[in-house]
Amino acid sequence: MTDLFRLPLHELHLQLGGKMVPFAGYEMPVQYPAGVMAEHLHVRSQAGLFDVSHMGQVVLRPKGTMESLGLALEALMPVDVLGLKEGRQRYGLFTSETGGILDDLMFANRGTDYLLVVNAARKAHDFAHLAAHLADVAELDIQESRALLALQGPQAEAALAVLVPDVTAMRFMDVAQVDTVFGELWLSRSGYTGEDGFEISVPVEGALDFARALLALEGVAPIGLGARDSLRLEAGLCLYGHDIDETTSPVEADLTWAIQKVRREGGARAGGFPGAARILSELTNGPERRRVGLRPEGRAPMREGVALFATDGTGLGAITSGGFGPSVGAPIAMGYVATGFAAEGQALEAELRGKKLPLVVAATPFHPTNYKR
Amino acid sequence: MKFTKEHEWLRVEGDLIVVGITEHAAEALGDVVFVELPEAGTQVAAGDEVSVIESVKAASDILAPVEGEIVEVNGALSDNPGLVNEDPLGGAWFFKLKVDDLGVIDQFMDEDEYKDFIG
Repeated sequence: MTDLFRLPLHELHLQLGGKMVPFAGYEMPVQYPAGVMAEHLHVRSQAGLFDVSHMGQVVLRPKGTMESLGLALEALMPVDVLGLKEGRQRYGLFTSETGGILDDLMFANRGTDYLLVVNAARKAHDFAHLAAHLADVAELDIQESRALLALQGPQAEAALAVLVPDVTAMRFMDVAQVDTVFGELWLSRSGYTGEDGFEISVPVEGALDFARALLALEGVAPIGLGARDSLRLEAGLCLYGHDIDETTSPVEADLTWAIQKVRREGGARAGGFPGAARILSELTNGPERRRVGLRPEGRAPMREGVALFATDGTGLGAITSGGFGPSVGAPIAMGYVATGFAAEGQALEAELRGKKLPLVVAATPFHPTNYKR
Repeated sequence: MKFTKEHEWLRVEGDLIVVGITEHAAEALGDVVFVELPEAGTQVAAGDEVSVIESVKAASDILAPVEGEIVEVNGALSDNPGLVNEDPLGGAWFFKLKVDDLGVIDQFMDEDEYKDFIG
């Protein structure tokens, strides 16, 4: 048996009736007694508390200027780092020399440093990647003693404001550091559900009291990984290792919105990131395949690995994430298809248990997002 | 009512055997979102995969516990798969089998034996 890491709030999850499963090397609560469906709908209507302490948090402190560190980060990502203002967060992608995606992440400009939050399954890789490329320009301060919680849903702001009044002033993708009785909180107004909400880094010493205080607030319930997955799928958000990986380029993955103009052909800092030749070419000429949203026409969920076909039987690709969307009330999926079949409304077929079943290319998000811009 | 190691229950109703899944199975599956039923009139052998049940977590097969002919299926499950969680031992039966000898169900566990089986 492999040893799994335990979350700082492991005991709390057990007390709440969490069903623990292995995920990315951690014992994680996949659901609580309410169940995936009820937890999902609770986040959409009220507010849900997620423990995402398995994710990697690292502070990059510049050895020289923030600008030289920002430029060094731009050498790893096809993203505008220099243009990110203090107090703001942005979505980023580490790319490979062949134009694939090594990981996706959030990075924040905190004035005197950058805070990065990376995927649990990729943190060892990412930290090594950062150490190898940024050693001259930054000190890497990996945050081993901080938990990471997410409070998501339309009542998240009102609930969190009871404990941290300052959060009402934050907009989508703002970040803030606030001293509280739970220790210094690092807040961002963001998440992985399509709802308004916050991700909150809290020192491990204060994490249990903070989580209990949040759970005691009106409308707040604990939410497991199962609902986290169905919520992000309805929001059309990628899961690394499934919808994106080293074989998918950001253009194929339909993440071109994450590549700002300044890094594209003709931009002031065009190229200069790993895989730029392929990625810039795909931006101009289009990729061979593209990630799309998919709506099965029947009720049968279509999950990762289900093969996709044109109606004439030509193989096109496969589903990379799929399941039932509790708020949509129907099965939803995403996957890759040859570009000629990627237009919204395109009729396709999927092979499920030996039968070809109809599905259609659909816009994402499947459920409208509710961010506070 | 009798129980199989595959967490199905069997109940005699007239000259038919009614088949469903146990509360334990329904709870383990989580919220059921889709049920694919066999067609009435299908001849099945014991162990045949005759139905598919999908929860928010995963897909599972429902096996024919004994040989026979499926004479009736529960169409209510297609419209309301959540019935499997709400009433697994009652309203959420899956299909009814016509068999040669109703005595075939004696090979399966009774309630106490099933409780021991699931611990």
